[in-house]
Amino acid sequence: MSRVAPAPWSTTDTLPRSDGARVDHLVVLGLVPPSARVLDIGCGDGTLLTLLRDRRGIDGRGIELSREGVNACLARGLPVIQGDADTDLANYPDDAFDVVVLSQTIQATRNPRIVLEHLLRIGRQVVISFPNFGHWRVRSELAFRGRMPVTELMPEEWYETQNIHHCTIRDFVGLCRTVGAQIEKATALDARGRPMRISMPWWVWNLFGAQGVFLLRRGDGSPSDAV
Amino acid sequence: MTMSLDSLARPDEGNLRQDGIPTDAPPSLDPRSPVALFGLDEPLAMDAGVDLAPFRIAYQTAGTLNADRSNAVLICHALTGDQHFAHTHPVTGKRGWWETLVGPGKPIDTDRYFVICSNVIGSCMGSTGPASTDPATGKPYGLDFPLVTIRDMVRGQAMLLDRLGIRDLFLCVGGSMGGMQVLQWAALYPDRVFAAMPIATGARHSAQNIAFHEVGRQAIMADPAWAEGRYLEAGTRPAKGLGVARMGAHITYLSEPALHRKFGRRFQGGHAPTFSFNADFQIESYLRHQGLSFVERFDANAYLYLTRAMDYFDLAADHGGVLANAFRNTRTRFCVMSFTSDWLFPTADSRAIVHALNAASAPVAFVEIESDKGHDAFLLDEPVMFNAAKGFVDAAARARGL
Repeated sequence: MSRVAPAPWSTTDTLPRSDGARVDHLVVLGLVPPSARVLDIGCGDGTLLTLLRDRRGIDGRGIELSREGVNACLARGLPVIQGDADTDLANYPDDAFDVVVLSQTIQATRNPRIVLEHLLRIGRQVVISFPNFGHWRVRSELAFRGRMPVTELMPEEWYETQNIHHCTIRDFVGLCRTVGAQIEKATALDARGRPMRISMPWWVWNLFGAQGVFLLRRGDGSPSDAV
Repeated sequence: MTMSLDSLARPDEGNLRQDGIPTDAPPSLDPRSPVALFGLDEPLAMDAGVDLAPFRIAYQTAGTLNADRSNAVLICHALTGDQHFAHTHPVTGKRGWWETLVGPGKPIDTDRYFVICSNVIGSCMGSTGPASTDPATGKPYGLDFPLVTIRDMVRGQAMLLDRLGIRDLFLCVGGSMGGMQVLQWAALYPDRVFAAMPIATGARHSAQNIAFHEVGRQAIMADPAWAEGRYLEAGTRPAKGLGVARMGAHITYLSEPALHRKFGRRFQGGHAPTFSFNADFQIESYLRHQGLSFVERFDANAYLYLTRAMDYFDLAADHGGVLANAFRNTRTRFCVMSFTSDWLFPTADSRAIVHALNAASAPVAFVEIESDKGHDAFLLDEPVMFNAAKGFVDAAARARGL
């Protein structure tokens, strides 16, 4: 599973670094308890799994679309399968993992709702991040240029991008409600990858957040009370 | 203390003759390798309900067993393979069949690991099979030999390891029928397999594959020289039937793009059609050569038995119809590999294994390797496969403290 190309509202490649680690990875690091069983979907070359293994002593597994990524993971001793979120989640048993991570990938899946339902089924907690299509830069591209946004940070044209199911932070909150997911924590990262102030209302996140990062768990069946 | 396995068993001319090689045996029955003999007190309990005794297992090794006996690697060979994985073949004179992957400095490094490969039960390179002498009659078993299963092969290998004083394997690896044995090892002896690498294989033989095997078997049986399986006594050899079986099977080991690249529609000798049934096309000539050279080194009845063993293999059926049950609570780490152009054991077969391992919460790595060389790619020079194998094996060695 490849991570999406860096988008103007998704600044994964320009995030400030600490100990050489990406800020969104550090956010995940802060959420994962020690010795947890973790599944990283779209794990790339295994950077996040290695970070979690070294810092948290986790039992990590991965799914990655690219052969190069899988080979890099093999060399790091990580059990990673070549596959994708659409086809390779159904066989994991319920509660197979303490934490399931899906970074910058849900917008590239064929069926985001089914993927999210599987994530909630196989993981006790789900960490999910995605580029926010409601970011003001995207809106202005559409509003003033009338074009799908293409910038130096997001070089792919609409007909080339793997991102087939874009959503805004509010859209995602709506999907969480639809599938009965409970939002335990949520944050938005600004265009420089820094977490925005927690006290901001959803509409501010939706306008100024370049990406949303959510910690979810299975709901108790009642609709989520998220805004 | 390190030990040389040469001291544990040696080919012994007297034993070999005593234990079942007919005096007029074809050269392929002389293994030219160490042989472990199992007497009447150590029978092989076979799935067919027969206790096979006595029996023998021919094997080869490379590298040195360490003091902890923790660096043993078992290579499981494919249908028509043998124990000569890194040794010159006694019949063909060719190099070891897996020297691409195994050897000093290779992904399976014989400078670090003690590597064993044994000829499977039912085969014809020195282990007991249908060409061996039936002690009850003093004649070759022929079709009186009990039907063999993949599990029988694995049980025999386990007895060999016991004999060699090896409790558990660092790595069990094999392709095709060898991969079936790897899966069977992991299911039957989970505590004896630290890491498993099944390549280009499946947890069951497909209907299409059974069909191809049946065509091969019928070709052998249709050859009058097969003599109802008693050709060794009759002094004949069903070379035509076995050759046709090999020709058909060989096509399934390749791929259309590979055949096209290698032969296309080119004529043998570059001439126009001869308007005859001579081998006009290069591909025909190639296949005939494959058939002819195969019969020099392989026993026809062994081919019947081993194809049948693959047909019967269905690991899920042995575990209540659920493949994941075969791997419940396993602590073995797996690396599954397939090839894009393999239509005999397509990637979907490997994915089914991976999904079952996921369902069993087993640590599994899986990579599909881009290759146009078909099923045989696992035996060929495939750098991507080597890189993946090296990454997996090195990491497993670190985890085992090797």
